Amino acid sequence: MNSIAGINIVRFVLLLLLQVVICNHIDFLGYINPYIYIIFIFLFPIREDRLVLLLVSFLLGMMVDIFSDSGGVHAAAAVSLAYARPILLKSSFGMLYEHQTIKFSTTDIGSLITYISLGTVIHHFILFSLEIFNISNILLVLQKTLFSSIFTILLSVLIIILFSRNRK
Amino acid sequence: MQQIFNFVIKNKTFLLFLLLFSIALALTIQSHSYHRSKFINSANFLTGGVYGTMNSVDQYFDLKTTNDILTEENRLLREQLFNTSVTKDSSYIDSSYTKGQYRITIADLYKNSYSSTNNILTLNKGKNDSIKQDFGVMTSNGIIGIIDNTSNNYSTVLSILNVKSQINAKIKSTNHIGSLTWDGKSPIYVQLEDVSQFAPIKVGDTIQTGGESSIFPKGIGIGTITSFESDISGDTYTIQVKLFNDMTNIGTVYILENLDRAEIQSLEKNIDE
Repeated sequence: MNSIAGINIVRFVLLLLLQVVICNHIDFLGYINPYIYIIFIFLFPIREDRLVLLLVSFLLGMMVDIFSDSGGVHAAAAVSLAYARPILLKSSFGMLYEHQTIKFSTTDIGSLITYISLGTVIHHFILFSLEIFNISNILLVLQKTLFSSIFTILLSVLIIILFSRNRK
Repeated sequence: MQQIFNFVIKNKTFLLFLLLFSIALALTIQSHSYHRSKFINSANFLTGGVYGTMNSVDQYFDLKTTNDILTEENRLLREQLFNTSVTKDSSYIDSSYTKGQYRITIADLYKNSYSSTNNILTLNKGKNDSIKQDFGVMTSNGIIGIIDNTSNNYSTVLSILNVKSQINAKIKSTNHIGSLTWDGKSPIYVQLEDVSQFAPIKVGDTIQTGGESSIFPKGIGIGTITSFESDISGDTYTIQVKLFNDMTNIGTVYILENLDRAEIQSLEKNIDE
């Protein structure tokens, strides 16, 4: 139990730093940034209480917000993602989730990509809608969501594969 | 009563989600109004420390460009110095009146941002260097924005690349004024709105600060006109302005304090009443 908590705390701090120090400043083609801190929410232990996940996600989003002066947009998006996570897990992993036996390091890659893609798109859409906050700029929201999602999904999948030890 | 408790316990996840989401939403809405982003901003000890460490590493990578910019600015200043000493009619300028109206502080940019629609920058000077809200920020090329929040050692700048930002500007060749805004699309272009239809506008003309707001002195360069169109009402022009500053590449900035600002404001307040 303690080692799981330790891993998650380390992951929280590392992903936060990686996000605010590097990923917020990539600005590929002027505006495309990956938001990789959501990997933390994706990989949060499934058996843990959902309330804990909601609170920790809020905290993580708030930290990113403080660093990037964005009010509460990351917090709102992260909390929504955390809330929607069981539905995403159920739709991408099916039976495995119902038996509570998912191990992210051993699941097959297709389900993992579905899970991450769905979550990323939801998170980014809420993030950019709140950030732009103007219904007449809906095209800009969709455009940013699309391109940033592609970037985030690619990086997230790579990072998860890279740091999971016993994948065949 | 029992039922209420049962309801709360049954829906505790949803209720917590709702609570956290509304907090985040409230903070977001608050941050969308000018000068209200009080609690969540990067002018604090923690973020300033992280960005400071990052900046001290980052600085080495563009020493050469920084040098070039400095040399170019030195050249400009020298040019101005020589030209004024020749043409200045010293009897005309009342030095006790014009001298030292602006105090200039040099600051390093700790966090730049230009990809969002509400861009806010962080500088490494704060209250300890007597930086306050509503001071102007510029580089040698032109204006950057206005100081928004300050902590003891850091301050945040409301960039001109922020949809909330509105800065008084004018066309250099005439005295027609407008307000400088940003549509959130490209970090290279800003918009000058509400320019009267009587103004003679040519593509390529220079836009500079208007000096009406007592934040910036008159005549600091902003950019050049690339295109313009009439408003729907037909009374005013909206002008596309290409910035002199490359907002994606800023190192050192100058903070301007107008020492007469309090005086000007109290005078204007009297008129309003």
